[in-house]
Amino acid sequence: MSGKLNFKLRLWRQKDKVSEGKFQEVEAKNISPDMSFLEMLDEVNNDLMRKGEEPVAFESDCREGICGTCSLVVNGLPHGPEKGTTVCQLFMRKFRDGQTISVEPWRAAAFPVIKDLVTDRDAFDQIIAAGGFVSVNTGGAQDANALPVRKCDADTAMDAAACIGCGACVAACPNASAMLFTAAKISHLGHLPQGQPERERRALRMVAKMDELGFGNCSNHYECEAACPKEISVEHIARMNRDYGLSALLGTERERGNTGAG
Amino acid sequence: MILDSKIPPGPIERKWTDYRFDMKLINPANKRKHKVIVVGTGLAGASASATLAELGYNVHAFTFHDSPRRAHSIAAQGGINAAKNYPNDGDSVHRLFYDTVKGGDFRAREANVHRLAEISTQIIDQCVAQGVPFAREYGGLLDNRSFGGAQVSRTFYARGQTGQQLLLGAYQALMRQVGLGQLKLHARQEMLDVVVVDGQARGIITRNLVTGALERHEADAVILATGGYGRVFYLSTNAAGSNVTATWRAHKRGALFANPCYTQIHPTCIPVSGDHQSKLTLMSESLRNDGRVWVPKKAGDVRSPDQIPESDRWYFLEEKYPSFGNLVPRDVASRNAKQACDQGLGVGETRLAVYLDFSDAIKRLGESKISEKYGNLFHMYAKITDENPYRVPMRIYPAVHYTMGGLWVDYNLMSSLPGLHVLGEANFSDHGANRLGASALMQGLADGYFVIPYTLGNYLASNKISKVTTDHAAFADAERSVKDRLDKLLAVRGGKPAVEFHKQLGKVMWDYCGMARNEAGLKHALQEIPKIRESFWREVSVTGHGQDFNQALEEAGRIADFLEFGELLVLDAFTRRESCGGHFREESQTPDNEALRDDENYCHVAAWEYKGVGETSALHKEPLTFENVHLTQRSYK
Ligand SMILES: Cc1cc2nc3c(=O)[nH]c(=O)nc-3n(C[C@H](O)[C@H](O)[C@H](O)COP(=O)(O)OP(=O)(O)OC[C@H]3O[C@@H](n4cnc5c(N)ncnc54)[C@H](O)[C@@H]3O)c2cc1C
Ligand code: FES
Repeated sequence: MSGKLNFKLRLWRQKDKVSEGKFQEVEAKNISPDMSFLEMLDEVNNDLMRKGEEPVAFESDCREGICGTCSLVVNGLPHGPEKGTTVCQLFMRKFRDGQTISVEPWRAAAFPVIKDLVTDRDAFDQIIAAGGFVSVNTGGAQDANALPVRKCDADTAMDAAACIGCGACVAACPNASAMLFTAAKISHLGHLPQGQPERERRALRMVAKMDELGFGNCSNHYECEAACPKEISVEHIARMNRDYGLSALLGTERERGNTGAG
Repeated sequence: MILDSKIPPGPIERKWTDYRFDMKLINPANKRKHKVIVVGTGLAGASASATLAELGYNVHAFTFHDSPRRAHSIAAQGGINAAKNYPNDGDSVHRLFYDTVKGGDFRAREANVHRLAEISTQIIDQCVAQGVPFAREYGGLLDNRSFGGAQVSRTFYARGQTGQQLLLGAYQALMRQVGLGQLKLHARQEMLDVVVVDGQARGIITRNLVTGALERHEADAVILATGGYGRVFYLSTNAAGSNVTATWRAHKRGALFANPCYTQIHPTCIPVSGDHQSKLTLMSESLRNDGRVWVPKKAGDVRSPDQIPESDRWYFLEEKYPSFGNLVPRDVASRNAKQACDQGLGVGETRLAVYLDFSDAIKRLGESKISEKYGNLFHMYAKITDENPYRVPMRIYPAVHYTMGGLWVDYNLMSSLPGLHVLGEANFSDHGANRLGASALMQGLADGYFVIPYTLGNYLASNKISKVTTDHAAFADAERSVKDRLDKLLAVRGGKPAVEFHKQLGKVMWDYCGMARNEAGLKHALQEIPKIRESFWREVSVTGHGQDFNQALEEAGRIADFLEFGELLVLDAFTRRESCGGHFREESQTPDNEALRDDENYCHVAAWEYKGVGETSALHKEPLTFENVHLTQRSYK
C-alpha cells in the first residue's frame, strides 16, 4: 500500500435554494489512496464537525454505483475523471498528491440546489410518471415464457435499462438536456413486446414532460454519453426520436378521448 | 400476551387459496375512502403502494430518499427465485418450500413459507409483463442460474442488476399511479414515530428533510416496508442510509420485535481493507456458480495464488460438502471461511480472506462468457481492489448482509400493534434463521404485490375504524416526543461526530455477536453497549439546527436508535442458547462444527416487548410446529 495523500479541496457551499453559493477551501489530509472520493469527504466532514463547524452536504447511499444518489461535479466533470464510474466508486489513488480538487453540485435549471452539493432531481420522477411504464395492473399476467423475446432485443433493452437516474447526462450537457435519460427509458420499454402498445404515446408524453420541466434541447454534443457512469449509448436517442416522430404523426388521433397520464 | 399467528386451517397447499376466498372484501367505490400510509418504497413498499393504488385505495407513500428508485433494493445483484421449473430439473412449489424451510434451519413458519413458494411464480409473470428485462436464452425464453442451498436452477436474473430492474419495475408502476392521481408520494420525508389511537396504528410523524418541519399524517392503516437493520454492525453490504429507526420507533409503540439475533453474514464480500471504510461491497452469490473457493493447505503460505499448485490448495467447501459444493447456504459457507482463517490459512495482507477463483470457468467457457454473466461484478471488484479478477482470484471474506429478524407479524403481515403491517426485510417472516440467496427479492415482492393487497382489505373490512384527525391528542403527543428527541440531540454539542459511536458499536457487535457467539462474549457486549450509548449522549457533535436540511442530525438520530436496538439484538442472541442458521453459539455445535439446534427448548419465535431504554425487554414465544417438513439436523454433505 502506498503512502498517505493530501489535497486542497474547493467545496461548493450554498445555504439553500435561494441563497448565493461560493467555494470554501478545505484541506484533506492523510488520505489513504484506497479511500473512495466520498470516504475522503466523510473524513473532511468529521474534521469539520470536531471543530463544531457544519459539514458539507452531499448525498450518497449504496456507494457501489447503482442507486444513482451520488452526484458531484469533480474538477468540472460529473462524477469525476474516470470513465464509466460514479463518484462513489472513484478512488483517491486516481488523484495526485497535493492536487487541488474542486467539488460542485449538478448545475441545471431543472435540478435546483437544495444545499451545498445536494440537488433536487424530482424532475426525473415526473418524466417517468408521464409515461415511463407499461400500463399493467398487478395480477392476471400471462405466463412469463408465453412471449419469447429475441435475446438481442432483451440485451439492448437491458443496456438501456441500466440507467441509474443520477442526472450526470443533464449535468454534462451544455443545454442541460434530459434526452439521454428519457431516451434510455423509451428504448428499454420499446425493445420489448410488452412495451409496444404504448410506444408512441409514451414517447410523446415523456418528451412533452421533459420540455415542460425546463430541460434544454439536444444539439448533438454527446457529452451525456461521455459522462454517463453506465456508458449508455446516444443511439437510444435516435430510437426515441423515431418513436417521437411516429407519435407526432399518429399520436394525436390515438390520444383523443384518452386523457390522464397512464 | 398470546401471539396468535392466525394461520388459516386446512392442508398447507390449500391454506392461502381457501383463506383468500374467506376474506372480506371492500367494494370498489369504498376503497377510495380508505387512506393507507406506506412507509418505504423499496421492493416491498413500492409494489404494495402501486398495487393498493391500482385497487383504488387512497395511498400515501413515504421515503427518506429523494426518489423511490434509490431504495436499497436497487443494489440487489444476483437474482430472484421462483418455482417455475422452466429448466425441467425437478423444481416445484413444494421443493422451494422445502428448501426454504430447511435453509432457514427450521425456524420459520411453514404456512408462510408455503404461501411464498406458491406466489413466487406469479411474481415472475408480473415482472415480465411490466417490462423487466430478465436474462434470456437464444430461443427467447427466460434463463436461470443456481443459488446456494438448492440443487435446482430457479433463479431469474437481469445481469448482475436484478434488484435494480425489479425495483424499477415496481417504481414505474408506482409512478404511474402518481401520474394518475391515485397515489401521493412524499419523498425526503423520514418517519420518526407511529401514532396509536385507541390501540390502533392510525398515523405517523415525519420530518421533512429539506425544511426540517415535523408533519402529522393520519390513515386507516399504516404499512412499514423500511428494510433491514444490518448497519447496526456499522460495516455491512447495506446502503449508507439503511437504518432501524422506523421499526425501532414502532417497537417502542408496542410492536413486538422478533428474532433480532438472526442476522445473515454473506460469505462473498470484498474484505475489509482499512478503518476508513464506510461500507463493504458484496460479490453476488451467483459467482459461486462458477467460482471455486479455496485457501492454501499450509498456514503461512505467502506464495502468490498462481504459484500455488493444485496439490497445495484446499477447496474446503467442495471437500466437506460434496453434494452442494461451493453452493452450500450462506451461513455454512461463511462459517467455513472463518474457520479456515482462524486456522491461519487466510490469504491477502490481513490474512482475513479466502480465494474465489474463476480460472477453471474461464478456461472452460472463455473470458467473454464470464464477462457476460458477471461483468459488472468483476468491474466493481477491479475498481475497489485495483486487481484484475480475470487474472488473479478474487479475495473474499464474510460480511453482514441481511437481517432475518424484524417486527413480528402474523399470517396477514400485521404486527402485534393492530393496523400496523410490516413487509419485506423489515418483518421477521419466512426466512427463519438463515435466508437463502435470491429469496429476499421474492419475499419483498410477494408481500407487496400479492399478500398485503388481500390481507389489508380484510383488516379494513372486519375492524371498526373510527374517524381520526391529526388534531387528536395522540398526534400532538407523538410529535412532541419526536421534537424532544431532536432537540436533545442538538443540545449535546459535544466534540465527536456520531459516526465514531457507530463504529464503536459496530465493533462490539461484530466481535461478540458476529459469526460466532458465546455466553461470555455476549455478556460483555451487554455491558459495553450501554456505555457507548451513554458517551454518545454526552459527547456527540450534531451541528446546525433542526429547521434545515441537516444530515448530521439525521445520521445522529439513526445511530441513537441503533445504540438502543443493538442491546436487544445481543440479548436475543444471549437468550437463544442453541445454534441455528446464521446464529452460531459456540457452545452448541456438532462434532464437525455445524450449527446444533435444540428443538426441545428453542423451536419458537422469540418476540420481544419493549420495556424502556436500558430496561430488560420481555420475551414472548410463538411455538413453531412442523407438519410437512421433518425436523432434522440440516445436512449439505
Ligand atoms: C448488496 C446486496 C445485494 C443483494 N442481492 C440480493 C439478491 O440478489 N437477491 C435477493 O433476493 N436479495 C438480495 N439482497 C437483499 C434484498 O436486496 C433486500 O432484502 C431487499 O431489497 C429489501 O427490500 P425492502 O423493500 O424490504 O427494503 P429497502 O429496499 O431497503 O427499502 C426501504 C425503504 O424504506 C424507506 N425508509 C426506511 N426507513 C424510513 C423512515 N424512517 N422513513 C421513511 N422512509 C424510510 C427507504 O427510503 C426505502 O424506500 C441483497 C442485498 C444487498 C445489500
Ligand atoms: S451512492 Fe449509489 S451510485 Fe453512488
